[in-house]
Amino acid sequence: MESETVTNWEPKILAFLCNWCSYAGADLAGTSRIQYPPNIRVIRVPCSGRINPLFILKALQGGMDGVLVSGCHPGDCHFLSGNYIGRRKSATLKRFLEYLGVEENRVQFSWVSAAEGVKFSQVIQEVTEDVKKLGPLRNFVKK
Amino acid sequence: MIQEKLREKAKELLSKKEVDLIIGFSEWTLPLRTTPVFIRTPEGTESLAWNSFCENNLATYLHKFGRFKVGIVVKGCDARSVVALSLEKRFPNHRPLLIGVPCQRMVDRKKVKKAVKGEILQAVEQGDLLVVKGEDFEVTLKRDDFLYSVCRSCTHRTPNQADFLIGDPVEEFPLDEAHPDVSEFEGKTPEERWGSFEKEISRCIRCYACREACPMCYCTECFVDSTRPKWIEKSLSPSDLAFYHIVRAYHQTGRCSGCGACERACPMDIRLTHLTQKLNQEVKDLYGFETGIQPEVPPPLSTFHPEDEQGFIK
Repeated sequence: MESETVTNWEPKILAFLCNWCSYAGADLAGTSRIQYPPNIRVIRVPCSGRINPLFILKALQGGMDGVLVSGCHPGDCHFLSGNYIGRRKSATLKRFLEYLGVEENRVQFSWVSAAEGVKFSQVIQEVTEDVKKLGPLRNFVKK
Repeated sequence: MIQEKLREKAKELLSKKEVDLIIGFSEWTLPLRTTPVFIRTPEGTESLAWNSFCENNLATYLHKFGRFKVGIVVKGCDARSVVALSLEKRFPNHRPLLIGVPCQRMVDRKKVKKAVKGEILQAVEQGDLLVVKGEDFEVTLKRDDFLYSVCRSCTHRTPNQADFLIGDPVEEFPLDEAHPDVSEFEGKTPEERWGSFEKEISRCIRCYACREACPMCYCTECFVDSTRPKWIEKSLSPSDLAFYHIVRAYHQTGRCSGCGACERACPMDIRLTHLTQKLNQEVKDLYGFETGIQPEVPPPLSTFHPEDEQGFIK
């Protein structure tokens, strides 16, 4: 932690991946040898609807610089409507955090299916670049 | 007079045994205040009061009386809280009977106290005027200058969902534009917003009065009290304070009636209502939902529509 100076700083990003789509998508990216930045730490969740907004806040408080929540495309949910419920929670939480002054790209959401290894790698690249631009999270993190 | 009609109705309900208990307001020893009363006998209804200081949201007390048939005195915002609670199936046995009173907007006693010098010993309402007396002064104030800010922008004063309406419905119009605090806050840059939020909540002493006063905060174990998982430390660090206030407000998404009980309960005078008002605005904007207006529409976060907004998702 202490060795992280501004020059060689790399963002830490927590990725919540749904078991049925995005996690399998990440798996596909791996087995297909598709490269993506090593900045993400993956937590596998049963569904993107499982994401409690507390998870996201806790991650930011605990020192993560960005959070990604990824689930199945609309209509593809293993539990039929979990990602739709998750979408409403995400939309309200995202707007609320922005209102309070947490930068827009700190918390991001994506749909990645089990067949989208390439998209998974693109999403991780984009998120990593976005968070890199923002720099380390200073406001909310517990010191 | 509304107060007399209210007492009459309460008396009738109690003597006909339609309810076991009436929850209402009563004048007590302090000026500019009323106290919640719990009345079980028809004679007791004489202590019921109605004035511009009936600010509490009595729906908070309903959780304690689930076994009884309760009649409750409600304003527009309180009625909406009860409807929201009933949507969350909080009344499996008896849905409370709502004795609705159209609200004249409530007076903020802190504003009145600031306007006069010395201790206020008596306050009497005379129409639109408020006569405030102390040991060596007597001032007449215009009532409308001393209203709660949430009351000023309120557009749901008549409790339309009430079982009995005492008095006539009032015309719905806001005195101020909706949520002036929210638009003021939104005008700042993200950095300023976080700074001002953090500064405001830095006074918080984590007494949880905002949670206790809120009718929608009824969890048997709140996330702040939970030790397994331990979501939040019991500290007053800026990070933990922010965590608490973000989540407390966020848990009201699509459930808050905007009564302002949280802010009134705060001993440190922290501005809290703009957080929940922002969430109310969002929910209305995204899903066209307003708390407690339509008793048959499910709360927005427990349902979905395939065409919901998803522009923010990659």
